[in-house]
Amino acid sequence: MKKLEMVSNATTKKMHPHKFTLWVAMGSLIMMFAGLTSAFIVKSNQAGWKPVTLPSVFWASTVAILISSGAIILALRSFKERNMARYRLLMIVTLLLGAAFIGLQWVGFEKLWEQQITFKGSGAGQFLYVIFGLHALHVAGGIVALLVLVAKAFVGRVKIYSSVPIEIAATYWHFVDLLWIYLLVFFLVIGQR
Amino acid sequence: MSETTTVQVVEVKHAATHHEEHGHHEQSFISKYIFSMDHKTIGKQFLITGIVWAIIGGFFSVLFRLQLGYPEATFPILETLFGKWAKGGQIQPEFYYSLVTMHGTILVFFVLTAGLSGTFANILIPLQIGARDMASPFLNMLSYWFFFLAGVVMAASIFVQTGPASGGWTMYPPLSALRQAGDGQKIGTDLWLVSMALFVVSSLLGGLNYISTILNMRTKGMSMTRLPLPIWAMFFTAVLGVLSFPVLLSGAILLLFDRNLGTSFFLSDIVINGEVLPNEGGSAILYQHLFWFLGHPEVYIILLPAMGMVSEILSVNSRKPIFGYMAMLGSLFAIAILAFLVWAHHMFVTGLNPFLGSVFVLLTLLIAVPSAIKVFNWLTTIWRGNIRFTPAALFAIGFVSLFISGGLTGIFLGNSTIDIHLHDTMFVVAHFHIVMGVASMFGMFAGVYHWFPKMFGRYLNNTLGYIHFWVTIAGSYLIFWPMHYQGLAGVPRRYLDKRGWVNFNQFGELDKFITVVSIIVFVVQIVFVVNFFYSIYKGRKLRTENPWGANTLEWTTPINPGHGNWEGDIPEVHRWPYDYAKDGREFIPQTEPVGASESKH
Repeated sequence: MKKLEMVSNATTKKMHPHKFTLWVAMGSLIMMFAGLTSAFIVKSNQAGWKPVTLPSVFWASTVAILISSGAIILALRSFKERNMARYRLLMIVTLLLGAAFIGLQWVGFEKLWEQQITFKGSGAGQFLYVIFGLHALHVAGGIVALLVLVAKAFVGRVKIYSSVPIEIAATYWHFVDLLWIYLLVFFLVIGQR
Repeated sequence: MSETTTVQVVEVKHAATHHEEHGHHEQSFISKYIFSMDHKTIGKQFLITGIVWAIIGGFFSVLFRLQLGYPEATFPILETLFGKWAKGGQIQPEFYYSLVTMHGTILVFFVLTAGLSGTFANILIPLQIGARDMASPFLNMLSYWFFFLAGVVMAASIFVQTGPASGGWTMYPPLSALRQAGDGQKIGTDLWLVSMALFVVSSLLGGLNYISTILNMRTKGMSMTRLPLPIWAMFFTAVLGVLSFPVLLSGAILLLFDRNLGTSFFLSDIVINGEVLPNEGGSAILYQHLFWFLGHPEVYIILLPAMGMVSEILSVNSRKPIFGYMAMLGSLFAIAILAFLVWAHHMFVTGLNPFLGSVFVLLTLLIAVPSAIKVFNWLTTIWRGNIRFTPAALFAIGFVSLFISGGLTGIFLGNSTIDIHLHDTMFVVAHFHIVMGVASMFGMFAGVYHWFPKMFGRYLNNTLGYIHFWVTIAGSYLIFWPMHYQGLAGVPRRYLDKRGWVNFNQFGELDKFITVVSIIVFVVQIVFVVNFFYSIYKGRKLRTENPWGANTLEWTTPINPGHGNWEGDIPEVHRWPYDYAKDGREFIPQTEPVGASESKH
């Protein structure tokens, strides 16, 4: 009796089902952030609204996550060229930049808190903590996925030739990157009104 | 989330006990029945968990119906069971509101969302599209265990000292946002929100899987227009869930912040127990928008799977092709789109701009069009059919009956002018219970009776099935019809004791009647549960793979399929699933190639 594959990699379909699942999941995440940012817009017309000015540290975190997106593109390319040493290095760079992003976001939160933008009262600051916080959580989820991949690249006895898991991680990573750009622009344009 | 598991290679137990040299392993009890990645087992887990919750949620409704029917009576047994919540044998107000809140939450989310689409999407999607399992069996397993965890948190909230959440299943702030507002607003509400967050994660993981399985894993020849209608319904259900549940999650997160961290997303200008709260600038209506943006699609998340299964069951049991397959698809699609455009019809009395209200009235009434198309098609499907009145077929017909009578009152409520009079009366309770609650329950029962042989290789007891059906359909109408009458007379919902109002206390006898019928219907549901569990072990055994003479692929698998569903290759599909009574043949399975002399549809 031959082995039966539950999810076949040799499918003739255009896209791997796991990749497709990720795209649907990203649609779902977009809905969540759309919900939050539209709540922001609705509330910004209410009494007692205070706008917020972003501390410059958020620009540093933007740079970090943009470079990390570039790093994971190169990592994927190295994997496809079977240049494993370079792949491992670039994955670790991506990972560290992701961690740096979250650290810088935290610094940004502290800067805002020092400016008396807290949970008290009302205004854009409260939304900033919730929205940026949720985004950072999703970046953290991506870091966990990257950790798993890096661990596999170091300790795996079985050689893996499928690039699907890395492609999925890379797509997700670009997604949280783009999501961050959207949120940044949103707070720069609408948050400071 | 990026899911990094590589290819899942799982061996299938071969019925012919043909063990091979390379590592055929027996699955342990834990990997087979508990942390199973087999979609069929996960479906059964959803179903049985759903049944347990349905008993709890149904029992709660019996308790508060006792209060509504007999507000003056005392039931010492209640004090024995619930202590201070039923002091002197009478249900206390805080407990009453907790019961109503939990009844709604449990039935809407745990039973009719997870229990219904969790069960049948899991069992039917791979079997009917011809796949060995879901796109990601691992995420599928996680989906069940997140649901289980949500259930544990919700169950825990029932046992905390201050009691479970009591702000209504919609959890509107400011009531739900303020601890000072009552016992149910203390830890119970936090647990409720955490449980719902876990539930959202569960239903997202499930929904992602359903969508990508349906779109990517169909067997050869299974084009989208050859899909059985339950699959189409599950597809739209999953799309609705994936797009609307995240919005509920964002509302729940903001509410958690307001409750625990002092933010003012939903709170403004509040004086409670003489204390002036500092919150300002929040908007309680904002929460309602976020909530109903999920809440309305949720109605269709509950209803669409039932519609799909009913279409299939009616066609199979009237031995006739489904009438208007493409119209069924089109109307499912139209309902899915409109589901996102009507949420504000729950908010006509919030001070909504009347012009905006009229737009929502129009969009709401538009739903009547696809709904009527579906009803017409169901009726024409069974029209002059050679109907086999199996319990599944009866429940499917019952669904159509309930959907019609519940849908008609929707036209009343969808008009903002009439809604202003009927809002927050028993009329609303009657409407949504019939059209969404009971109708979907009927769809679920129809599905259980129809696919039980596929799930467990045995039949449910038919006689008990008939008793279950007739008492439940008669009971449902006897419970909810009088509520329309009460509602038109202005009897408010949410009141636990109406004796003080001259206008409403004349309905006391009617309330007693409803309560008695509710208890009878509840007891009959227990009969069903007994039938269900008894038949798993002792039911009449299946002797044929295809007991109903159906065309779809699930009936081409062995009677007790292993993980992987088909022992050999996955069958190829050559035709749509509704070739009944064609060219003098009773049914032609989807796997049969189209003959040269065969007539066209």
